[in-house]
Amino acid sequence: MTKPLLDVRGVSKSFGAVQASTDINLDLREGEIHALIGPNGAGKSTLIKQIAGGLRPDSGTVFFDGQDITGLSTAARARLGMGRTFQISSLAMDYSVLQNVVLGALGRRGDIFRFFRPVMKDADLLATANQALEMVGLEDVKNFMTSELSHGQRRQLEVAVALTLSPKVFLMDEPMAGLGADGSRRLMELLRELKQMAPILLVEHDMDAVFALADRISVLVYGKIIASGSVDEIRGNPIVRSAYLGEEIDA
Amino acid sequence: MRKEPVLNMALLIALLAFPLWAWAADEPFLITLTTRAVIFAIAGVGLNFALGFGGLVSFGHAAFFGLGGYVMGVLAFHAQTYTPVLDWPFVINGTKSMPIVWMVAIALSGALAVAIGALSLRTSGVYFIMITLAFAQMLYYFTISWSTYGGEDGLSIYVRNDFPGLNTMDPIQYYAICYVLLLIVLGLVYAISKSAFGLALGASRQNEDRIQAVGQGPFGLYLTAFAISGAITGLAGVLHADLNRFVSPTMFSWHTSGEIMIFVILGGVGRVFGPVAGAVLFIVLEHTLGGLSEFWHIYLGAMLLGVVLFARGGLIGLIAGREVAHD
Repeated sequence: MTKPLLDVRGVSKSFGAVQASTDINLDLREGEIHALIGPNGAGKSTLIKQIAGGLRPDSGTVFFDGQDITGLSTAARARLGMGRTFQISSLAMDYSVLQNVVLGALGRRGDIFRFFRPVMKDADLLATANQALEMVGLEDVKNFMTSELSHGQRRQLEVAVALTLSPKVFLMDEPMAGLGADGSRRLMELLRELKQMAPILLVEHDMDAVFALADRISVLVYGKIIASGSVDEIRGNPIVRSAYLGEEIDA
Repeated sequence: MRKEPVLNMALLIALLAFPLWAWAADEPFLITLTTRAVIFAIAGVGLNFALGFGGLVSFGHAAFFGLGGYVMGVLAFHAQTYTPVLDWPFVINGTKSMPIVWMVAIALSGALAVAIGALSLRTSGVYFIMITLAFAQMLYYFTISWSTYGGEDGLSIYVRNDFPGLNTMDPIQYYAICYVLLLIVLGLVYAISKSAFGLALGASRQNEDRIQAVGQGPFGLYLTAFAISGAITGLAGVLHADLNRFVSPTMFSWHTSGEIMIFVILGGVGRVFGPVAGAVLFIVLEHTLGGLSEFWHIYLGAMLLGVVLFARGGLIGLIAGREVAHD
């Protein structure tokens, strides 16, 4: 098997007495969707922040494409090729859909300190942006204000912006949250296409989606990864069933 | 139908037609009044660049306005007394040349903004407001105690600075200079707002997570925006000092910061022409209401309340519609 693109080694983080991450090992390989599941408060968001930037682990190392990125800023990690989507949509709401995607392409190209050339007439950036919008199926609404989009469309737009970064990995924090059945299905199809371009670390609550999509699943409970394996292994794992799936099934 | 460009054009035409009428009618006072409006507009356009486009609520833009004023005052003072500004380690003489004074003021205000910005941009929200205010107040008290240049009484300059080929003491000619500078500043700010920098700056204002997720940090964007903003307001300070042929610490006071902010809020935060509308409205109110009562600010306050509560887009937003125009 190929070397993992993303490799989390022995990462721990505590907030006072609360151990949010305990000796976490996790990796992401070319061509796969690795799902991270866990009940509320398991430390999923804390872990994502340590991977994507914004929170520094107390100990342990995060390797990305062979490089130690533990001390890098969020922006530097994004430049290296981490395409992130947020749990709560983080878009520029007063911009049009197209402006948001052009912003992604601009961030990728890096020349933000240009003061006179109109950016929305830049053929290169527009080409990248339109391609990403087509891929997620938002080309018809590209001149809409982002604030006018439905919840599902905002999710798609987040993915489109991440695409413009031509990322090496996708980090997606609950992309299905709040989507209807129809929206979830469409996004799942998209994720299946995307994993051919770059592997996806998928934090997700929707069990049906995870079991349908993931190649591997890791289960996080109270800041610890209690199990990791294929869909069937996780589904049949008694510890996982009692710690997590049991609650879900009974509910 | 987009009303905003029409409105902006109407504003520019009015600012051209009114002084010309006043000139024909031999009303120099009205020309001077309009000149003040145009200078305040430039100061407001400067603040709006940080406040409206970058979301940086600076309550200390008097620092740049005052610095611009003192650059003019100090250089002119030395020119009229034939003394050097500095004689060691090299000699710097005073000057009465407007273009040179403008350049010096723009450079120094920009540099001051970088210094203030580098320290205050580590904070945000109410702390940023307080720190910018504190820097301006420091300069205010510094100039009060700076007796070389008049201290609390300020500095009087006998004649306006020179501009090649123009008689700057003629009100309509001085107005022309200020009007052209306003046009240049507006064109510059408009171009930047449509540029790559403008797109990235606006995105940072709306959502800092977003700009970081696309691989860029907001700090450099904010600092650059603050420097451009300070430089523009500094230029307005020079013009204001030249108009009155007088500078005093009042230019640095927090009232000045507040007034510049009023132009921006009255006219429309984040709209290129907002501060122009705001400054014109301010001068009109001051002139008409000020004639009725010396407490005319009470009406200004009521109007400001109205704008903040009911018309967030300011005067321009009220007339042209709420949504900011986009391509």
